[in-house]
Amino acid sequence: MRFKWTIRLLPLVGPVILYILWATAVSAKWVSAALLPSPLTTIVYTGHVFVSGAIWGDLWSTVQRTLYAFACASLVGVPLGVLLGSSPPIYKSVEFLIDFFRSTPSSAMIPLFMLIFGITDINKIAIAAFSAVLVIIFNSAYGVMNAKKTRVMAAKTMGVSRFHIFKDVLLMESLLQTFIGLRTGISLALVIVIVAEMFIGSESGLGHRIIDAQQVFNIKDMYSSILITGALGYVMNLIFMFVENRLIHWGGKV
Amino acid sequence: MSNINIHAPTSSPTSSLASNPLTSPRKTHVLIDNLNKSFSGLPLYIDFNLKISRGDIVSIFGPNGCGKSTLINMIAGLTEIDTGQILFDGKTLTETKIGYVFQNYRDALFPWMNAWSNIAYPLKRSGMSASQVKDRVEALIDLFEIKFNLKQYPYELSGGQQQTISIMRALATDPEVLFLDEPFSALDFEMTLFIREKLQEANLKTGVTMLIVSHDLEDAVFLADKILLLTRRPTRIAAMLDFDLERPRKAESVSDPKFIKVKAKALEIFQNEMRA
Repeated sequence: MRFKWTIRLLPLVGPVILYILWATAVSAKWVSAALLPSPLTTIVYTGHVFVSGAIWGDLWSTVQRTLYAFACASLVGVPLGVLLGSSPPIYKSVEFLIDFFRSTPSSAMIPLFMLIFGITDINKIAIAAFSAVLVIIFNSAYGVMNAKKTRVMAAKTMGVSRFHIFKDVLLMESLLQTFIGLRTGISLALVIVIVAEMFIGSESGLGHRIIDAQQVFNIKDMYSSILITGALGYVMNLIFMFVENRLIHWGGKV
Repeated sequence: MSNINIHAPTSSPTSSLASNPLTSPRKTHVLIDNLNKSFSGLPLYIDFNLKISRGDIVSIFGPNGCGKSTLINMIAGLTEIDTGQILFDGKTLTETKIGYVFQNYRDALFPWMNAWSNIAYPLKRSGMSASQVKDRVEALIDLFEIKFNLKQYPYELSGGQQQTISIMRALATDPEVLFLDEPFSALDFEMTLFIREKLQEANLKTGVTMLIVSHDLEDAVFLADKILLLTRRPTRIAAMLDFDLERPRKAESVSDPKFIKVKAKALEIFQNEMRA
């Protein structure tokens, strides 16, 4: 039993080490207290912004923008990716474009999007959706292209129609890879939303809060906003893993 | 090249196989006529001809790379042929119901469906009503004496159970021809015995013609009415041996003098081919 408990506590080792390092850095004055508040101060402050409600507006803005961007990206990306994947010649003809823009940091496109959309909320959602859609297309397409040929052949010998082979076999086969795309996509969307909130005139959002706190030297608020942004990304990933394990129960088992 | 004679039953007329109304006429069921197939310029089959009688279990055995699996894949329509004709009782493949059991059951079953739904899938897609599907699956469960829980997903089952599900799925639509590509190669001996028994039962009950690719001579001989021995590529028929040991054949049948004789004969032909 004791052995099991120790194993369960292992994931806490990293955070504890970080906490100690951080606390030591502050108390030993390795770093000026003006630049880094103690971890306890930061955590207490973080609790305070939740209780006082100061954070909710910004948190909700960021979540909303990320979800909008992610929804747009998946609604376009998954069907398009599956379509491209089921026709390798078509995929080959657009492969370069997808790979090129997938390799271009989306933040580099922010000025271009500002020209098109102006300094609006739509702009932030559009650029985040753009950064997510490519990785979603890419993964869905490869999910279909790399589907196990044996299952397709099995359905073929059953005399199943091409439409049903696509719907019942290829689409199901591609789900695992599609989910990898969706999970990466939502992380990318969050990254771009935060960047956009920092640099495209924004009235709300965690990115806006971080840059504002830095400008007025509200150090505690800056660190706590960074912590909250990190936690948000982590929780979104956790939710995704949970849904994925439920939906694609066979993943990693075949 | 050589045409294979239509098989006349040489076993005692009282054997259950000979009295089966489906199999007794011994009509040609699968006809391969002037088949040609090459891979990247290298001919594999040149003007290949073969006739398989209805209800026969035919084992295909030959040296590595002679295209055993390619042969059944061409008949099953999974590999395209270059020229020639393959007919089932005069019909084309699209007019014929077939079943196919793959060597790798893990890659062939649908892991997103439980075992029951895997078996039912081809039935549902053939347009049967839900109650008809249920009856048919129940009949297969009886035939295979399934004791384990079919609500489980394939990855929760043992290898032998998975291959059993694959075979049930392939037999679900009551196919005319059942193809099996090395169905025993990933199974332990106990499961091999079980599946051998069930395949014989299915053959007796439904008269389904079976084509089995095997790389194990004992497996190849055990189930077969005919053993098709192939040469090295370009592939020809080295021999088509008859094996008329009574059915059902049991595990002990491998010590039957008839079994030993046919296996020795097959081995001799195989070794001659390897030397040639």
